[in-house]
Amino acid sequence: MTTNALKSKSSTSGQAGDKIFSGTALAAGVLILVTLFAVAIFLLIQALPTFVADPADISGGEGFFAYIWPIVIGTVIAAAIALLIATPVGIGVALFISHFAPRKVAGPLGYVIDLLAAIPSVIYGAWGYMVLAPALVPIFEWLAANLGFIPIFAGPASQTGKTMFTAGIVLAVMVLPIITSLSREIFLQTPKLHEEAALALGATRWEMIAMAVIPFARPGIISAVMLGLGRALGETMAVALVLSTGNLIPSLIKSGNQTIAAEIALNFPEAFGLRLAELIAAGLVLFMITLIVNMIARGIIARHKEFSGAN
Amino acid sequence: MSVMTSNKHSATPTPPSRKRNSLSKGKLPRWAVPATAAGAIIIGAALSTLTGFSVATFAIYSAVLFVIAATVLTSAVEGKRQGRNAMWTYLIYGSFLLALIPLASVLYTVLEKGLPGMSSHFLFTSMNGVTGAVDNQTVADGTPVLGGAYHALMGTLLITLWATVISVPVGMLTAIYLVEYGKNGPLSKAITFFVDVMTGIPSIVAGLFAAAFFGLILGPNARMGIVAAVALSVLMIPTVVRSTEEMLKIVPNELREAAYALGVRRWRTILKVVIPTAISGIASGVTLAIARVIGETAPILVTAGIASQINTNVFANWMSTLPTFIYYQILTPTSPTNIDPSVQRAWAAALLLILMVMALNLGARLIASLFAPKKGR
Repeated sequence: MTTNALKSKSSTSGQAGDKIFSGTALAAGVLILVTLFAVAIFLLIQALPTFVADPADISGGEGFFAYIWPIVIGTVIAAAIALLIATPVGIGVALFISHFAPRKVAGPLGYVIDLLAAIPSVIYGAWGYMVLAPALVPIFEWLAANLGFIPIFAGPASQTGKTMFTAGIVLAVMVLPIITSLSREIFLQTPKLHEEAALALGATRWEMIAMAVIPFARPGIISAVMLGLGRALGETMAVALVLSTGNLIPSLIKSGNQTIAAEIALNFPEAFGLRLAELIAAGLVLFMITLIVNMIARGIIARHKEFSGAN
Repeated sequence: MSVMTSNKHSATPTPPSRKRNSLSKGKLPRWAVPATAAGAIIIGAALSTLTGFSVATFAIYSAVLFVIAATVLTSAVEGKRQGRNAMWTYLIYGSFLLALIPLASVLYTVLEKGLPGMSSHFLFTSMNGVTGAVDNQTVADGTPVLGGAYHALMGTLLITLWATVISVPVGMLTAIYLVEYGKNGPLSKAITFFVDVMTGIPSIVAGLFAAAFFGLILGPNARMGIVAAVALSVLMIPTVVRSTEEMLKIVPNELREAAYALGVRRWRTILKVVIPTAISGIASGVTLAIARVIGETAPILVTAGIASQINTNVFANWMSTLPTFIYYQILTPTSPTNIDPSVQRAWAAALLLILMVMALNLGARLIASLFAPKKGR
């Protein structure tokens, strides 16, 4: 970066300034490491009572594991619904902006999709609660009547529409901009020569995308989806407002199920003592899950960087 | 791409012959796709009327019919490969339209439900003294809704201000360390990695962290504005580091070397040359980071509690912010029997919040373009 030869030792004035400045910069960097480390430690200390407490005292009365696993499953279900919807749509939107839209409007269209990311989550929650949930009730009723034999669509459908399925759709809207903006960037990096070669050999536009763009972008898409997953797992307000919570049930169109983040948000304001420790322990579990997901995503991006640099 | 467009056009100037029909040239005529669309819309309307008309079923039926019909038609006339191409093209256009639906619906809802409640009374009054009885009276008399979001607005501004005051120096200095001093050593690699990890911390976990941290120091249930500001900083710092780092990296090395050659010390070079060059990008990055945390709800919920009075002291007592105000007005309406006043207040607050976020986003773009370094002639 900067050459050492330029470090002059002739003047001593300002040397202190140099030391102070680099020291502060270093301290700020270390502070971030300490903070992250502290997050883990403080959560662990506060959560500790949960793990040593009598299992009968934990909510549900069967110990921490029995308490946490249904809401872990609920979290995973909500995130899975969100990704099943957001991945194809998000990739489609990214392809539309990078390869289909006229070049002049592509930039503004990308900005429009970024607007989706700018809207605060509580507004999505309010929207899901007041607009989306009532609108989905007829669809849930139809699903219960016609596909009720599949466990996930078992009736009777919720009359308020505040179900796992609705929460999943709201989450899908929230992770869509993440998937779109990341995959759009990767799509735009596809070597132009590969695309032109495919077209010159007589490929249709879709064949060009399937043969040149998608294989190039696959690692990028996977990491975009993983980052979206991280967001969907940790998202709180949408689920807290939209889902009418309950026990773990397979049906997605009845009220029931719960996610970790919403469990914390709904119960924390009134919690004290062991209940507080329980919720913090739940937060720790969520932290671990998202940490693993994000690390995998970052790992894929880092590997991809090395190999795309060679192109 | 040019290959395809020229193909399309070659179908039009068909020389007059016995086979004038352009279908025989192995190409769909230009009117075929619009005609298919019109047909799909008509049949879709008919089908949805049969099963009880609604805009949603009408749109779904029409879209599905159109994609199937256009695909089948194209494959029959132009071949299987063109048919697949057509199908994916329509699906990709469709996915974009699909993504616009929630955006349009959210913005429309916020405007439609938020505008009636937006008034100077709403902006400059708190919820102090507004009880369920007041709301019931309002509904019974049909008078304007009392109570507003002034306390929440103040809370949002103060907590975000404190979060910015904490995050900007830490984030900027870290970025300076990474770019100017780190030299890609193990420490700077570790910081880069963990900043990346920090970006993915769920906001509620950041809130729990601040609550747990201050809980250990000040005793459990220590809830006040500054705790929320710390929680927001955990979310904001990585964004600030990332954007500042990107901006410092694109400052040309020649500028630094020129300063060193003149005998300027490193710290003065950074303060007087590097940062002023990158300041527009840094400022817009910070503005975007503020826009990101200003709408956070979950961390505030667990750190600052909820209040109905004005509290401008972040170091004592509970505070409300716009997001938590919206959340509680919807989830626990002031008057459980007459929820309309609460709903109106919630959407007015949502409109206010969205306006603030949009203004910050636009502001970031303006800053980036207005204060961009002067280009050479």
